[in-house]
Amino acid sequence: MELRIDQKAVDRCRALASDIVAPVEAFIEAHSTVAVERSVLRLLGVDGIDSQEVPIPNLVVDALTPSERSRGVAYAFGRMLAETGLDPFALGQAFAAGTYRLADYSHVPDEAARGALRPFVEGSLRRIRSRREERLERLERLPQLPPPLLYVIVASGNIYEDRTAAVAAVEAGAQIIAVIRSTGQSLLDFVPYGPTTEGFGGTYATQENFRIMREALDEVSEREGRYVMLTNYASGLCMPEIAVMAAVERLDMLLNDSMYGILFRDINMKRTFIDQHFSRMVNAYSGIIINTGEDNYLTTADAVEQAPAVLASQFINEEFGHRAGMPDAQLGLGDAYEISPDLQDGFLFQVAQAQLARQIFPTAPLKYMPPTKHMTGDIFKGHLIDAMFNLTAVMTKQTIHLCGMLTEAIHTPFLGDRTLSIENARYIMNTARHFGDEISIKPGGVIERRAQSVLTQCETLLDRVNEMGLMEAIETAMFADVSRPPDGGRGFDGVFERSTGYWNPFEDALRGAESGVA
Amino acid sequence: MSKLVKPYGDTMNDGKVQLSFTLPIEWSEAADEAARQLVGKMGFNDAQVVEGRRIATGFSFFVVYASTPQSIDASAIKAPSAKAHAMTMEEIDVYIDEHLGRKVRVAGACIGTDAHTVGIDAILNMKGYKGDYGLERYRSIDAFNLGSQVAVEDFVRFAKEHKIDALLASQVVTQKGSDIKNFTALAELLEAEGLRDRVVLICGGPRVTNLMASELGYDAGFGRGTLPSEVAAFVAVTLANRLAAVR
Repeated sequence: MELRIDQKAVDRCRALASDIVAPVEAFIEAHSTVAVERSVLRLLGVDGIDSQEVPIPNLVVDALTPSERSRGVAYAFGRMLAETGLDPFALGQAFAAGTYRLADYSHVPDEAARGALRPFVEGSLRRIRSRREERLERLERLPQLPPPLLYVIVASGNIYEDRTAAVAAVEAGAQIIAVIRSTGQSLLDFVPYGPTTEGFGGTYATQENFRIMREALDEVSEREGRYVMLTNYASGLCMPEIAVMAAVERLDMLLNDSMYGILFRDINMKRTFIDQHFSRMVNAYSGIIINTGEDNYLTTADAVEQAPAVLASQFINEEFGHRAGMPDAQLGLGDAYEISPDLQDGFLFQVAQAQLARQIFPTAPLKYMPPTKHMTGDIFKGHLIDAMFNLTAVMTKQTIHLCGMLTEAIHTPFLGDRTLSIENARYIMNTARHFGDEISIKPGGVIERRAQSVLTQCETLLDRVNEMGLMEAIETAMFADVSRPPDGGRGFDGVFERSTGYWNPFEDALRGAESGVA
Repeated sequence: MSKLVKPYGDTMNDGKVQLSFTLPIEWSEAADEAARQLVGKMGFNDAQVVEGRRIATGFSFFVVYASTPQSIDASAIKAPSAKAHAMTMEEIDVYIDEHLGRKVRVAGACIGTDAHTVGIDAILNMKGYKGDYGLERYRSIDAFNLGSQVAVEDFVRFAKEHKIDALLASQVVTQKGSDIKNFTALAELLEAEGLRDRVVLICGGPRVTNLMASELGYDAGFGRGTLPSEVAAFVAVTLANRLAAVR
């Protein structure tokens, strides 16, 4: 099936997105954040916590003077490295123990710092590359079932319980496991450390938790003969650090949106734009597919009205992604099945939107989110709504399919809920596997007219955003009816201007590096 | 007059219920029998395992029909509703003018670590919910939406500094009782600050009931499907009653 859409309008939307993002990109290039600098340290191999449980990357970055910080943490840390002859991990530990102080090494020349870091920068990139090659080898040897790839969430708060739930879901047919984070984590300006067994609404993202889940999924992948992907959240105040941890532990996907944190978590917009850029450079290199958060426009406002905003955000996310070096195959642009079940022909509108995205972004692994807003305690009706969502996904060839839960509005899914949900999706997607290939959309009918109208309204919206500038548009509540000022929100104090001598060795190395698309 | 009732399948007093659950055992015929006997131990009669199957290594899923010997006198159950004062937005604006003679100040937030603003937004945002305008639209109400992940301390400080008349605390995430902990912390802090009697304290969320709210020391609790005007009417009437009691 194919919608007739105005390709010129699509081209204009892309050109507008490029014009919108260009000035933001110029701002990004002139700034850095504490999270980006901590990511540099993590890439070098700095890890661990001090006696007060403060992560060592935070300790080092917080110890920088403003002028040191404006040149990037690499110089200050590289100077200590040059003189002490330790490796970055050991130096981090010694720094945390108080053995060394940054101030004692200010005399070391820049060149010595650069030279001392070089082997560790190269080693870090080699390690990430080998994780990426491992993924490719496994995907080759353990082929996945055809898309839509069934994606489920585990979220008990306890990584070991999550592991049990994840393995059970994989046996039922899940292809992607996301460990949803504890609700407060996006606002923490540090990454918690070690395995965790307590969390609210989810499980903390820590490097050790990543490793534990990766190991369990690798094991069940071998047993089932198909590679199971692991997902977490590169969002919030530690977006780029999570991207680094995910690269090292071979996660396959990350939730990562250029505007979500600004609008829905009140994180400062400058912080978010800078952080998303560096995290996407890392994601590009590690071959991680990002999932963008357009579903949030639909859950917080009327889904029929917000459709053009979803498409506009997809264009903007695509543009930010491209500028960070991500190819289309790594851009899991988002959408969701959130139109009210009471609306006559609501299903037709859902098909229109999903097919529109499929045609506009033909090679992007589109991420389709399930109904949540209209799910109630009536699990029987919920299971039916999920079935319609499943049908839409298979008809319109969505790639990443987050399975809806019949108990969505009730609790974090029970093990049995997840199985019922996966069985629902497998049944629908099997029985209607080639339905989309067999039908054609009525020219000038409800579906086509809806798709054309969404595209036209999207172009108008992008036009207005472009006239105003993205930061100003966000301030005037053009997205999601939420207003955020450029210097407000969380994490703004962690944004700083780069001085002329700024250096981030990974940014230099990653710029122009080929992406690691799986 | 008391009237004992039982679940109704297709015959009065047959007591029929449906259950579904997972057991952490491999499926076998013995697993079906274990499920059946377990339902018997729950106090049910005539348990029938209509579906039993393996869903993962070490886990089996069951659907069971059974009859309960229990019954209940539904006429003796009290669950007071906070939605007793039905009025439209226009009526509430007039009511506030007449009974209070000033604007009412309402603040809402998702407290604790909860980031799900869908409930509080439905009540406060101009747009409202199901065609019923949100409190921001009311001529007689100054509404403040503090958004998500608001610390209880910040919420109370805001109430103090802005002379808030009514506080709406929302909790969507209920994992491991986090909602109850946060609601309790808010009520206790208001008490400790000597503010409790000066505000109308309301909680909301998909799992909230008015009964639970009163047990937590709140003036009212609103659950799934609540309209903004129902909350506004409760606030207006409660404030007016308090004022009348003082006079």
